[in-house]
Amino acid sequence: MKKPRLVMVGNGMAGVRTVEELLKIAPDHYEIAIFGAEPHPNYNRILLSPVLAGEMTVQEIVLNDLDWYSGHGIRLHVGKKVARLDRVRRQVVAEDGTVEDYDRLLLATGSTPFVLPVPGNDLPGVIGYRDIKDTDEMIEAARRHKHAVVIGGGLLGLEAANGLKLRGMDVTVVHLAPWLLERQLDEVAGKMLQKSLEDRGLKFLLEKQTEALTRGESGRVAAVRFKDGMQIPADLVVMAAGIRPNTGLAEAAGIYCQRGIVVNDTMQTYDPKIYAVGECVSHRGTAYGLVAPLFEQAKVAANHLANFGIGRYTGSVTSTKLKVTGIDLFSAGDFMGGKGSEEIVLNDPAGGVYKKLVIKDNKLVGGVLYGDTADGAWYYQLLKEGRDIHPLRDHLLFGQTSGGDAGHQGQNKAALMADSAEVCGCNGVTKGVIVRAIKEKGLFTLDDVKKHTKAASSCGSCAGLVEQILASTIGGAYTPAASVKKPVCPCTDHSHDEVRKAIREQGLTSIPETMAFLEWKSPNGCDKCRPALNYYLISTWPHVAKDDSQSRFINERVHANIQKDGTFSVVPRLWGGLTTPAELRAIADAAEKYRVPTVKVTGGQRIDLLGVNKEDLPRMWADLNRAGLVSGHAYGKSIRTVKTCVGAEHCRFGTQLAMAMGVKLEKMLFDMYAPHKVKLAVSGCPRNCAEAGIKDVGVIGVDSGYEIYVAGNGGIKTEVAQFLVKVGSDDEVLEYAGAFLQLYREEGHYLDRTCHYVGRVGLDYVKGRIVEDEDGRKALYARLRDALKDARDPWAERVAGKQKHEFEILEA
Amino acid sequence: MSDWQAVCNLDDIPRLGSRVVRRRSGGEGEDDIALFRTQGEVFALKNKCPHKGGPLSEGIVHGKAVTCPLHGWKLRLESGEAVAPDVGCARRHPVKVENGVVYLQF
Ligand code: SRM
Ligand SMILES: Cc1cc2nc3c(=O)[nH]c(=O)nc-3n(C[C@H](O)[C@H](O)[C@H](O)COP(=O)(O)OP(=O)(O)OC[C@H]3O[C@@H](n4cnc5c(N)ncnc54)[C@H](O)[C@@H]3O)c2cc1C
Ligand code: SF4
Ligand code: FES
Repeated sequence: MKKPRLVMVGNGMAGVRTVEELLKIAPDHYEIAIFGAEPHPNYNRILLSPVLAGEMTVQEIVLNDLDWYSGHGIRLHVGKKVARLDRVRRQVVAEDGTVEDYDRLLLATGSTPFVLPVPGNDLPGVIGYRDIKDTDEMIEAARRHKHAVVIGGGLLGLEAANGLKLRGMDVTVVHLAPWLLERQLDEVAGKMLQKSLEDRGLKFLLEKQTEALTRGESGRVAAVRFKDGMQIPADLVVMAAGIRPNTGLAEAAGIYCQRGIVVNDTMQTYDPKIYAVGECVSHRGTAYGLVAPLFEQAKVAANHLANFGIGRYTGSVTSTKLKVTGIDLFSAGDFMGGKGSEEIVLNDPAGGVYKKLVIKDNKLVGGVLYGDTADGAWYYQLLKEGRDIHPLRDHLLFGQTSGGDAGHQGQNKAALMADSAEVCGCNGVTKGVIVRAIKEKGLFTLDDVKKHTKAASSCGSCAGLVEQILASTIGGAYTPAASVKKPVCPCTDHSHDEVRKAIREQGLTSIPETMAFLEWKSPNGCDKCRPALNYYLISTWPHVAKDDSQSRFINERVHANIQKDGTFSVVPRLWGGLTTPAELRAIADAAEKYRVPTVKVTGGQRIDLLGVNKEDLPRMWADLNRAGLVSGHAYGKSIRTVKTCVGAEHCRFGTQLAMAMGVKLEKMLFDMYAPHKVKLAVSGCPRNCAEAGIKDVGVIGVDSGYEIYVAGNGGIKTEVAQFLVKVGSDDEVLEYAGAFLQLYREEGHYLDRTCHYVGRVGLDYVKGRIVEDEDGRKALYARLRDALKDARDPWAERVAGKQKHEFEILEA
Repeated sequence: MSDWQAVCNLDDIPRLGSRVVRRRSGGEGEDDIALFRTQGEVFALKNKCPHKGGPLSEGIVHGKAVTCPLHGWKLRLESGEAVAPDVGCARRHPVKVENGVVYLQF
């Protein structure tokens, strides 16, 4: 079948991002052609400012080079401006006569600088600031001329002025409002900014209205005249007084426009075959001029172009930073405040720091930071999430209490924090507790602090802040954590990789042998290294290395999860989340017979029986075994669950048999141990009700097969799974998923989830091993199948008497 | 101090492992005892972690210490003392091995 054709007009940031998103989720759906009026591939327009300032080159800001287009089979018409759209014939016609037919059209024509309607605005030397050509012209002007006038004291104008100044021009910024960046800053911050720009030699004329641009003898612009009669010399005039969406093409074709091409929440124009994204668009009455919201639009448009039909764009809150090196400025939301809102303000004119946070109904609704913007991202997040900031209010102004890299600024931040401020959210450790421990116990390293206070010993995201507190408490005596090579634990100097290598290359098959060869420093290791060694041995030498039960954490040793009171929980495997009345009856009977205090449905689509006495475990398992129920390994660094949705078996949207696929995967992986736990999910369509997007392996059914995603994580730090490959059959799903998990089993460090492993080696490496290397993939898959060929239910083994002593109490 | 009482054979305790001893008289306040076997010796501690009462018998034994399964405190088997930085102590019980039989004093 011939593919539908997608044509895009406008080869800029929003448009190309849409195509990228589309290729990610539906790689071969369309035949794609792109028109771009500029003679360049897609580049990062934002970075034109550093290019003008001489901090970067044009080559460095290219985002997608020509190879990218050809590599994805995209026909690129670069340097060709589209002259008209023919909606009846569904054709796009360029100025040079090139024609492309479309089934779907994407308009991403961006905007053009607004040129003041004053006499002389068309003189040579009068330009907008939008593209590479403009930037080159400014650089050229700076070489030959002296006086520059920038009209507009907004972000763009100030970045232009700063660049021209750095290139040696004498620059005046003309601005209509009473202070600079009046749409981003309040008056105090605006004035502070003006002061520091003046210190750099820029000149400002505020509340000035331009009347005319006058022509000099050479024919080029020579001066700017204002309404009040004042006149200043100008060899270059940069218009930065706003932008106008490029709607001409759409309007001429009869598509509804209203200060932008009007789109609905799916980014569709009034013509259902035509979508639009970027600065040319008007969505719910707003046209955005910053890339963050445009990229959100791109994601939604791609989703609909791929026929998934689930994304909605509902508008964005935006935040602003000024890219003038050496000036830190941030603003977001409603920063002016006013009726019904409160403000928290820190104003330190001498230190050059100003912070204002606007709060309404216990929510952060806006803010301005000047001089210290380290916490901008955090405030922006609080604002977007609409979080209740009441509990944070005391130290809100001092910034995020967790995280950030150690550094000079951060050090001040740690010093500023109140003693009662919580540093480690996981373990509820305050700054005061940490400081006291450092002083009283004489601690010098992050590890010391971790051990003594438990701070930073869980999710670790506050480690940076703890280091700052250390540095600010003991100053020069602080020893930063060595980052180069990390030994497995204090019992050895060897790293995880070195240990794995020695086991493989030296043919080591037992823990004592390994410790002897690697000259372990303790007689029989510790609770950190022994479980790691045990795993490395049994995964490297399946069927040969003997599992050492005493080197397993209690849960894996007795195949149940220990509870806070020393009892255990029992989670039978419900393959793919499926069960039967008979199984439910057996579970209910066991719950009653062993007086289980709590029966709970888990987050992993199965049933947890909590509070079982250890001695009862084997008998309970025997009862469950009789109904065909086996261990769910809810306790292990092992295969946990394969969640499924109902899929094409029942669901009106299902494209694949998700339940059957999930059960096949779970059966294949039964009893598989790994560096950490492993969770999978299979969804029948991209609505993804099984949440495959945050699993170690996520499988999503689509019309023509399955998409496989890897390295997601829903735990401490949520990680979205990344697209690995699309396959056509169930057997391929088993092969690719199996090969990926075997790779992780062979190369992952003990206690790394797949997201950590892939984060370390990179997705490209994984693709190289799994997608591009067919023989390698098949070999990995074969090794996994071999390792699991004698998989057994550990419960049944214990029912039969294995490790009997574990479950018997001695009496005296 | 009570008399020595035989509780099991040495081989009933796995190397680098443990067993739980419960008193038949079992009155209120009489806690279980955990017997530990290291590479070469046997130790006995009250089976209750000084931190939050975790069952020490379920911990991983290494060197002459056990790591509590609940929150990872390490306790010295010889003294019952927690390894610094943690502070606390699990009561120690005298234990001896004669002719492969383990004797305990309660
Ligand atoms: C029972 C259950 C909660 C519930 O009632 O729903 C549960 C209970 C525990 N989780 Fe969980 N997790 C449960 C689903 C999840 C999920 C959701 C899921 O699987 O879809 C997640 C997030 C998904 C993920 O893992 O990516 C989850 C993320 C964690 C984490 C964080 C892992 C991470 O990599 O960030 C831990 C801590 C760890 O493993 O180190 C954890 C650890 C634990 C432990 C084992 C804590 C412990 O070591 O004792 C809890 C054992 C309780 C017990 O004694 O049974 N649990 N846990 C769920 C069992 C599912 C099952 O049927 O097997
Ligand atoms: C100097 C500068 C600094 C900036 N700094 C920031 C910043 O710090 N942060 C931020 O978020 N945003 C910044 N922006 C704004 C950001 O660059 C834009 O919001 C973004 O590029 C808009 O993307 P777009 O795809 O809608 O438009 P564009 O990137 O402008 O792409 C539109 C493309 O369509 C082409 N086109 C138009 N009509 C036709 C036609 N008929 N036929 C063929 N091609 C056509 C144009 O030539 C252009 O290449 C800055 C902009 C500039 C100029
Ligand atoms: S989130 Fe998981 S680990 Fe935390 S209390 Fe609940 S079950 Fe336990
Ligand atoms: S109960 Fe033992 S460490 Fe917490």
